[in-house]
Amino acid sequence: MSADGIGLDVRWPIGLLFSAMGAALAIFGAFFANGQKVWRIWIDLDLWWGLVTLIFGLAMIWAASRASHHE
Amino acid sequence: MHLSWIDYVMIAVYCAFVLGVGFKLKKSMRTSLDFFLSGRKIPAWITGLAFISANLGALEVMGMAASGAEYGMLTCHFYWLGAIPAMIFVGLAMMPFYYGSRARSVPEYLRLRFDEKTRALNAITFAVMTVLASGINLYAMALLFKLMLGWSIHATILLSALVVLVYTFLGGLTSSIYNEVLQFFLIVFGIFPLAVMSVAEAGGWHGLAARLPAGFMHTWSNLGHASANPMGVDWFQMVAGLGFVLSFGYWCTDFLVVQRALAAQDMNAAQRTPLIAAVPKMFIPFLVIIPGMAAWAVLPHASFLVQGKVDYNMALPLLLARYYPAGMLGVGITALLASFMSGMAGNVTAFNTVWTYDIYYSYIKPGANDEHYLMMGKIATVAGVVISIAAAYVALQFANIMDYLQLIFSFVNAPLFATFLLGMFWKRTTANGAFWGLVGGTTAAALHYFATVHGWLTYRSQMAGNFDRAIDAWTVCFVLTLLISLFTRPREESELHGLVYSLTQKPSYRHLGFLRRPATLAIAVGILTIVLNVVFR
Repeated sequence: MSADGIGLDVRWPIGLLFSAMGAALAIFGAFFANGQKVWRIWIDLDLWWGLVTLIFGLAMIWAASRASHHE
Repeated sequence: MHLSWIDYVMIAVYCAFVLGVGFKLKKSMRTSLDFFLSGRKIPAWITGLAFISANLGALEVMGMAASGAEYGMLTCHFYWLGAIPAMIFVGLAMMPFYYGSRARSVPEYLRLRFDEKTRALNAITFAVMTVLASGINLYAMALLFKLMLGWSIHATILLSALVVLVYTFLGGLTSSIYNEVLQFFLIVFGIFPLAVMSVAEAGGWHGLAARLPAGFMHTWSNLGHASANPMGVDWFQMVAGLGFVLSFGYWCTDFLVVQRALAAQDMNAAQRTPLIAAVPKMFIPFLVIIPGMAAWAVLPHASFLVQGKVDYNMALPLLLARYYPAGMLGVGITALLASFMSGMAGNVTAFNTVWTYDIYYSYIKPGANDEHYLMMGKIATVAGVVISIAAAYVALQFANIMDYLQLIFSFVNAPLFATFLLGMFWKRTTANGAFWGLVGGTTAAALHYFATVHGWLTYRSQMAGNFDRAIDAWTVCFVLTLLISLFTRPREESELHGLVYSLTQKPSYRHLGFLRRPATLAIAVGILTIVLNVVFR
């Protein structure tokens, strides 16, 4: 897929949005959530799901930059 | 439910991105084709995700969770019976005509195949339906956020409509498609943890089965008689009403979804669009329906009461409130907000295309230059948003939103599929047959509805009535079109090349690898769907 003619590879906004949201969520979970745990499941959901979201976002950015590099 | 500052940060980040995409795409919108059909340059995986996301609005997400809580696994028929088979059919059998004829819209195909009056009838009913749906969507959003978060109904309607207006005005269909792809991933990331946690609390599949009424865990086993299942329908109504008429009517003829495939970069991509969409589509029940069932299993039923009545639409919001801490709640709310807004954007971009190409260009001002139509598209975008806001204030008081949407589809799309089926696969079908068949089918649906409202026809549930209404409307349209066609003069065969199955050269993919052919994908999707139906029978 390329950005030819459309002007924007959709993986850029997906990657940037999910990286931003994932990073915000993970940072909030790690430092500001005051140890709030999800009911019955003894993990910090914000931190871990934030990291998963961040990894997905970074993967999209990597794919988009690789595609634009090839062009 | 109370949002904290981090939740508002999530919502703000999303809104900023959506607007940013619109501004970034603005300079690519040079011609009307760029604005209305993304210049036919979009790759299949994007149009595929947009194809499914255009239908994965918040009404669908909340409505399906609601139906899961009310009817259990029977709701999965909306996917495994009522969507995938039709998506395979539109990809393999119909896309060669839609894309191959270079029609810019579904009504335009009707003009090429039949005549002006058939196109006008479809264009006008579609335009009205789509802004109405957009208004219902907007109103439902405002009501939900009022109920959940105490937001002002007026502020929610006006602010979200403004965001949608800005990004569709700037980036046209591309902006809408890109935001649909964003929304798809937001829904997945925003709801997946909820699905896992709710089912885990219910005690897994066996725990759900132990807590829910008998019959909630099966899709097919209780369809022998309408009294044997909570939906009040039998297997014939389910298969013929939902699985055939409503499903094929929606997925094969509704311009809102077909438009996504028309934006694809080539015929192969257009054919693969609905097939790629079918892959995530078949797994969405695990994301929305089963959590809905878990909500009914785990939560006290009193928590579903709204003004003294059980409101199943509360299933998803109740789960959000129960499981999500600050931060994650922001992601969940953003996912819902995104699906409301992209649902509205999808309607608005379909409306501006049909208005500009099929009504304005055809009947009001033909022969102007391209810049003029691009400007008209932008004016139509503003008008579409304004009418949606007006419709939002009119749309009121329906307990289960899905039932209402099905009602609209059964009026407009159900007979239309008979017209397309005959028009595409029987070259003898005439323009007068198609037009009067459509008028007859829609009238039959309206009369059926009238009889139901006045109690002359009674059903075990509103859903059963909708399915029967769709079957009747389709049958009337099919028989009328057939009979009238036999007694009127058909068009010359030379005029029907590329428009009718027997007179169209089929696209050949022999030069492509086995895995890149649409038929291969269709077979894989078909087998997986059968497996799901058997496993959860």
